[in-house]
Amino acid sequence: MKGLRNYLNKIKPNFEKGGKYGKFASTFEAFESFLYVPNTVTKCGAHIRDAMDLKRTMTVVIVALLPALLFGMFNVGYQHNNVALGLTDTTVMQNFWFGFLKVLPIIVVAYVVGLGIEFLFAEIRHEEVNEGFLVSGLLIPMIMPVDCPLWIVAVATAFAVIVGKEMFGGTGMNIFNPALLARAFIFFAYPTAISGNEVWVAGLKNASASGMQLVDGYSGATPLGDAAAAMSSGAQSIDWSMSTTPIDWFYGFIPGSIGETSTLAILIGAFILIWTGVGSWRIMVSCVAGGLAMGGLFNLIGANILMDIPAWYHLIIGGFAFGTVFMATDPVTAAQTNRGKYIYGFLIGVFCVMTRVLNPGYPEGMMLAILFMNAMAPLIDYYVVQGNVKRRLKRAKANA
Amino acid sequence: MSTKEKEPLFSAKNMGTLMGPLGRNNPILVQVLGICSALAVTAKMKPAFVMALSVTVVTAFSNLLISLMRKGIPSRIRIIVQLVVVAALVILVDQVLKAFVYDISKQLSVYVGLIITNCIIMGRLEAFAMGNRPWPSFLDGIGNGLGYGLILLIVAFFRELLGSGTLWGYQVIPQSLYDHGYANNGLMILPPMALIIVGIIIWIHRSRNKELQEK
Repeated sequence: MKGLRNYLNKIKPNFEKGGKYGKFASTFEAFESFLYVPNTVTKCGAHIRDAMDLKRTMTVVIVALLPALLFGMFNVGYQHNNVALGLTDTTVMQNFWFGFLKVLPIIVVAYVVGLGIEFLFAEIRHEEVNEGFLVSGLLIPMIMPVDCPLWIVAVATAFAVIVGKEMFGGTGMNIFNPALLARAFIFFAYPTAISGNEVWVAGLKNASASGMQLVDGYSGATPLGDAAAAMSSGAQSIDWSMSTTPIDWFYGFIPGSIGETSTLAILIGAFILIWTGVGSWRIMVSCVAGGLAMGGLFNLIGANILMDIPAWYHLIIGGFAFGTVFMATDPVTAAQTNRGKYIYGFLIGVFCVMTRVLNPGYPEGMMLAILFMNAMAPLIDYYVVQGNVKRRLKRAKANA
Repeated sequence: MSTKEKEPLFSAKNMGTLMGPLGRNNPILVQVLGICSALAVTAKMKPAFVMALSVTVVTAFSNLLISLMRKGIPSRIRIIVQLVVVAALVILVDQVLKAFVYDISKQLSVYVGLIITNCIIMGRLEAFAMGNRPWPSFLDGIGNGLGYGLILLIVAFFRELLGSGTLWGYQVIPQSLYDHGYANNGLMILPPMALIIVGIIIWIHRSRNKELQEK
């Protein structure tokens, strides 16, 4: 290791201003601080409120994401082998390995494209490369369906980084969560790649062409897909595919985006985030409260079968848990004031359930709810701060 | 203003009036005018081109006419007079389109009529034609119409190419690419993407013209 340090010290002058490779200063800095702990903390940008270096924040989030990611890899194999094909003799390791090989290319593509663009912009602007993309690059694969074509992942990542982040000035300046923007981009640009029943399980779309022997009556529908289908066919009750139960949904043995299925794994991540103080518990708690409140309200109305879904079901199906823990709490795009965080989180929960129930065309409401509230967060903060100013002025006058 | 010296028709100043809106002073990129129709008609290049041409004709001739009448217009009712001129020209353009390019006229539907409300036209009348002689006003109208049309065509180029795989109605993305899993980008067909593309063009424009950047 010492040799490497000496080597870096030796070539460092080449990368300083006016040096032989001055153009690549940002790239050099990024790799140096990736290999060694930097001796500076983040000075400016949105993270000025924090004494921590941005890098450490990002590392904690990555660690928190790991349980969901690892379970997601296993589940990709499990859904393919054991549920869709009906095999019973595959081991956990075999399923995991199958999923690992499916998910790894998506992760690689997201990182290569995203970091490539970040490095490019850092060089153009003569800035240091920011660590912001380390988390986005892992979030993007986790909210993709496993069979999403890689070139679509690449285009969406490029769109998210350029339009979502660089256009606004880079990490910490973005209005919308870049990872969700990538997903929304695919949702509207290439809807067949990310909606319907057949994209959530590996190989299902070309099952007949590739000779996959599916279990009879297997559709690959997610619980939300089941609910929407029951609604549009006018059925009396929702027929959950493969007769899964809420306990399966909680553990995550259901089809869905790679990282979103297991509420349990996400809860582990939530504990890590809250324990280290990186994620805001205010947002998570109020988001769950909002979802339950809206779900409860719909239960009271009870006009159709979607409204009759028990409120707590909403918390464990679809992307609600993942969005609550990892997306809504993004420190850049969330509300910054404490009271604002309660409002922000609560409304995300409300809008998510509202979209799911009232618009079966968009069975997953979490993405749209968070993006919408991202846009509203500055407004919420503004009124919270103004309210505070008013209250204190009043108090000052009363005391004077 | 009593000097009777003849200014050459294409003096440097007049050329500046004509060419400025194409680049540094673009009505869409700098003044952010005329955005609504830029969103509405840019899904395909052909309608965008016809729209650009129509707006250019209307701005040029309304500028010319108003400039000719500018000394006789009472300033209190000038907006009404301007609107009458613009409306008459728009109806003319609309009839011509209906007569000669009926299909495209149907595609553009209400947006031809809505040229009346295009802020670029009223903006140029108020800002330029009311205070300048007819010839420079005419050039200013053409320049602004073309500057508007240029952006329309750039936006339409990307939207049609990526959204439909065609240019000017002809297939340009080969079928073999589709067979390999390529798909048209559905977002490009939707109006929000036009706004995003205009945003990207403005971004590039500002980073090249530093004096436009707000501090």
